[in-house]
This record gives sequence, C-alpha cells and structure tokens, in this order.
Amino acid sequence: MSIKLECHEANHICDKNQYREASFWEKVRLNIHLIYCRACRKYTIRNSKLTKTVKNPKVQSISTDERRVLKERLQQELSK
Amino acid sequence: MPINTLDPNTWVDKYSDYLYNYTIVRVNDHEVAQDLISETFLAGLKSKDNFKGQATERTWLISILKRKIIDHYRKINSNKGKAEVRVNYNDSESEGDWLEERVSDPYDRTAEDTMENEELGMAIFGCLNGLPEKQASIFRMKTIDGIDTETICNEFDITASNLWVIIHRARKAMADCLEENWF
Repeated sequence: MSIKLECHEANHICDKNQYREASFWEKVRLNIHLIYCRACRKYTIRNSKLTKTVKNPKVQSISTDERRVLKERLQQELSK
Repeated sequence: MPINTLDPNTWVDKYSDYLYNYTIVRVNDHEVAQDLISETFLAGLKSKDNFKGQATERTWLISILKRKIIDHYRKINSNKGKAEVRVNYNDSESEGDWLEERVSDPYDRTAEDTMENEELGMAIFGCLNGLPEKQASIFRMKTIDGIDTETICNEFDITASNLWVIIHRARKAMADCLEENWF
C-alpha cells in the first residue's frame, strides 16, 4: 500500500473523517496528501465547516417518534 | 410558470423540520411549536382545494403557519394584563436606579446573534429540501440523526461505497447551497 493518495480517495477519507469513521492510517495518509494538494485542502476546510454548522446546537430537528405522531395524525385526516 | 401540486403524504418528511425551525424561533416552546405544525398540516389538508399552484408547497405551508402563529399569540394575549410590560420602580431593591439604565444597549449584539443562529436551522433544512430525495434522507440520517453506516445501508439496500458516494454528493451540494445562502 503506497502512502500516496489519489484525490478522489482523499475526498472519500475526508468524508469518512467527518463522521469519525476514518482509521488512524487513513488519517495519516490524508494529512500527507493535504500537504501538497491544494484542491483537497480546500475541500477539507469546506467539509469541516459544513460538519460544524450542522452540529450547531441551535439547529433543531424533530425526532423520529414525533415525526411518526405527526404522520399518523395527518394520515387519519387523509383517510376520512 | 410551472403549476405546483400538493402531495400531503410527503409533507411530514419533507417540511416538518423546516417548519419547526421557523416556529421555534417565534414561539420558543417545543410543545407549542409541534402543535402549531400539526395544525398547519391539518389546515393545509382541509384547504388544499384552494391551492392555486402558483407558489411552491413550502411557501404555501409557511403562509398557513404564519397565521397559526399569530392566532397562537392572540389566544395567549386574550388574557388581558399578561401582555403588558410593567415597569415597577417602587420596590426597595431598585430604589435610586435610573430608568435609562433599562433601555436596551445598541452595542450588545447578543440578541441579534442568537436570532441569526436560530435562522441557520431554516437555511440548512431549506437546502436539504433542494437535494434529490434519496440524497437528502440519507444525509439527514447520517449527519443529523447520527445513525451508523450499516443500519442505513440495510434500510436502503445499498453497499457502503454506494452510501459514501451519495454522502459525498450530498455534502458537496449542501456546502454549495449554504455558501450561497448562509456563510
């Protein structure tokens, strides 16, 4: 296994890393790739920014259970 | 002009988060927000024959929701007296203070900042609505609900590398969209 990465592989690892699913060895290779690849550096910055934004506690969503309740109520009304 | 149609079966999945973020900024109570959204969907269902197809589904639902929120505040405020702001300057604790001290501070931007932060939720779910359905639901499950890869793969019957390609496209689209509307 070579230490060098293609850009599309680097992007894949970067995506995985956003969910903390990249292995240690993958992260090392990604970081080495980032040293010399400008495009991937840009992609990584944007990707982390997106992760941070979505993780913002002010972004709220309705839980799956509550969605189901909403759906059932709507469904009831639909079938009338 | 394309004629928009309504499809009530998809409302909850597509719009509930968007509407929720819109509502929570305005009523600041989880239960109330949920009731209002539920009422909005039901009202939408009742009056769906009045939908002319000129606006998108989402705009139309938001306009109903706006009425619902106003109605909600009317209902609360009909108990007269609660709505009044009473400045009481006669208690012993604040004796000798000046009224001017209670005027809002124009250099204190905290309130505005929180408001902006809260609208972020709308920006995100608005962008999510723009994505193809499969991408949007997978991105949502993975990123917002935090469900692990394997479960999602089983549910959609796809392989892990399939999933990562979809995630990659979704992330790219989301970043583009947010860059335009938010950052």
